Amino acid sequence: MMHTVLFIIFAVVCVAAAINLLAQRHPINSALSLIVVMGSLALLYLLLGAEFVAAVQIIIYAGAIMVLFVFTIMLLNAGEEELSKSSRVAIVFGVPAVAVIVAALAYILSRGAGTAALGDFIGGPKEIGRLLFRDFLLPFEVTSVLILIAIMGAVVLARREER
Amino acid sequence: MPTWAQFVLLSAAKSVVVIIILLTAVAYAVWLERKVVGRMQNRWGPTRVGPFGLLQPLADGIKFILKEDIIPTNVYKPLYIAAPMISVALALMSIAVVPFGEQLRFGSFSTPAQITDVNVALLVLLGVTSVAVYGVALAGWSSNSKYSLLGSLRASAQMVSYEASLGLSLIGVLLLSGSLSLREIVNGQSGTYFGFLPRWNFFPQFIAFFVYLTAAFAETNRIPFDLPEAETELVAGYHTEYSSMKFAMFFMAEYTNMFTVACVGTLLFFGGWHGPALTFLPMVVQSFVPLFWFAFKIFLFLFLYIWIRGTLPRFRYDQLMAFGWKVLLPIALANIVLTSLYIGLTTP
Amino acid sequence: MGEISTIHYLVVAAALFAIGTIGVLTRRNVVIILMSIELILNAVNLNLVAFSRMHGQLPGQVFSIFIITDAAAEAAVGLGILIAFFRNKETINADEVDLLKW
Repeated sequence: MMHTVLFIIFAVVCVAAAINLLAQRHPINSALSLIVVMGSLALLYLLLGAEFVAAVQIIIYAGAIMVLFVFTIMLLNAGEEELSKSSRVAIVFGVPAVAVIVAALAYILSRGAGTAALGDFIGGPKEIGRLLFRDFLLPFEVTSVLILIAIMGAVVLARREER
Repeated sequence: MPTWAQFVLLSAAKSVVVIIILLTAVAYAVWLERKVVGRMQNRWGPTRVGPFGLLQPLADGIKFILKEDIIPTNVYKPLYIAAPMISVALALMSIAVVPFGEQLRFGSFSTPAQITDVNVALLVLLGVTSVAVYGVALAGWSSNSKYSLLGSLRASAQMVSYEASLGLSLIGVLLLSGSLSLREIVNGQSGTYFGFLPRWNFFPQFIAFFVYLTAAFAETNRIPFDLPEAETELVAGYHTEYSSMKFAMFFMAEYTNMFTVACVGTLLFFGGWHGPALTFLPMVVQSFVPLFWFAFKIFLFLFLYIWIRGTLPRFRYDQLMAFGWKVLLPIALANIVLTSLYIGLTTP
Repeated sequence: MGEISTIHYLVVAAALFAIGTIGVLTRRNVVIILMSIELILNAVNLNLVAFSRMHGQLPGQVFSIFIITDAAAEAAVGLGILIAFFRNKETINADEVDLLKW
């Protein structure tokens, strides 16, 4: 009962904020709606019992990645976006097409997966840590190298040329 | 009554009580700060309203509410109005996972002295802290003023940078206690080392504590890291354009964050509500002793805040960033390496 | 609408994915395009966590953590490129990135 109510609330908030992301003309409003999406997704993860992923979602997505976006928007002071002719055409044909695809997808999913019940378990930090540092040690290390390269890349790209 | 309704009612009641106590404490923290800083500078501080100026917070509150709320013409209105609300809401949210003591008993009914006990409480706190940047960043950007924008850019860069050190400084404690639940971390600190030293994490983790304290000062934008509102250069930084209740919200958020920092510091490093049992007191008072110790430790933290404010000058901005990345972060990392080496060598 | 099952989460994820795709395809502002990509990654994450719950196995959640990490790397580099581009051309519209087009 509780699960149903909470799921409906956060799923609706999540999708509505995602739509708002596209509907808004000003980038900062879009960024804020994306933050709302991240937050409600974190709550959906909590409903699924994935405590650690929910916390990571908030700390990294909402707290780090989106700060980067908001920062960039503030720095570039990007104004409102104007529609070009081709982007209008894309909206007119694209949106209904995607709506149809989603409807079809939902239908197929509901037929194929039926009512696959949710299992019953909790993804606490302990279990995730054990998995991350034993079974997935190599991918973990590779990811850390990837992050290092990305940091250096970002620094090099954003640095002002010395005159 | 179904269990979930009971749960919702109980949580709501607890939240209301905690928030009322917290906001009162915040108001009196402001009074304390003015009084102590006044004494340090050889003046009196507030004296006019009530005995020792004790009613000053009340007078300030009335002033904030009654003052005209000015919205400048060229601000981006939705965000200008939302920013202080975001700040204060996030500041209040983090108190939800902080435990204040053991079980509270009223006759046969007992409930933990905490709004909610989460397994990943510490991560929740870090998450809320990391999201709190938005209040400041959006306030500065939407005000459409140079001072505000500079202040908020400084604030967000500073908060993002020091968050890394803040998070890393907590890992040493987590390694020792092996849990992310604040209650379990506190319970791990009961007892003594060698029979006389309290078993606080502060003693094995004093490096982490100093890193935490420094990073926390930067996170809460307090002197010596108050560059976001450096009044001599930026008027008032990100809240230059705010007045009356909206300004008061930023003010409340800042002091609430000070309380949260003090709570987390107490819980992680100073054994939370554990302290000498005062056995000479009557039984009724006994059950409040843990709460007393907790409040006392928080008071000491706040005093430290004010003391430092009365003592230290402000950093220069490049010094602040260099200090955060080149000094604090390596120290925090070294502490993690040392702690994990110690744990790895001592556990069979 | 009975109990909430895996399928409901999958439908939400599909909707997010579709909205993200629309964003990537129709918007001209590079910042919004990058944000839409984040939306798509989030949809995938929701799928992974929901399936992980369905099967009662944790690797799904571990994978979603990897995806979050990669998203951070992607955002950092993407925004770096964006800032470098803005310095040269004073615009952040994707269809004005046409130096190699003729």
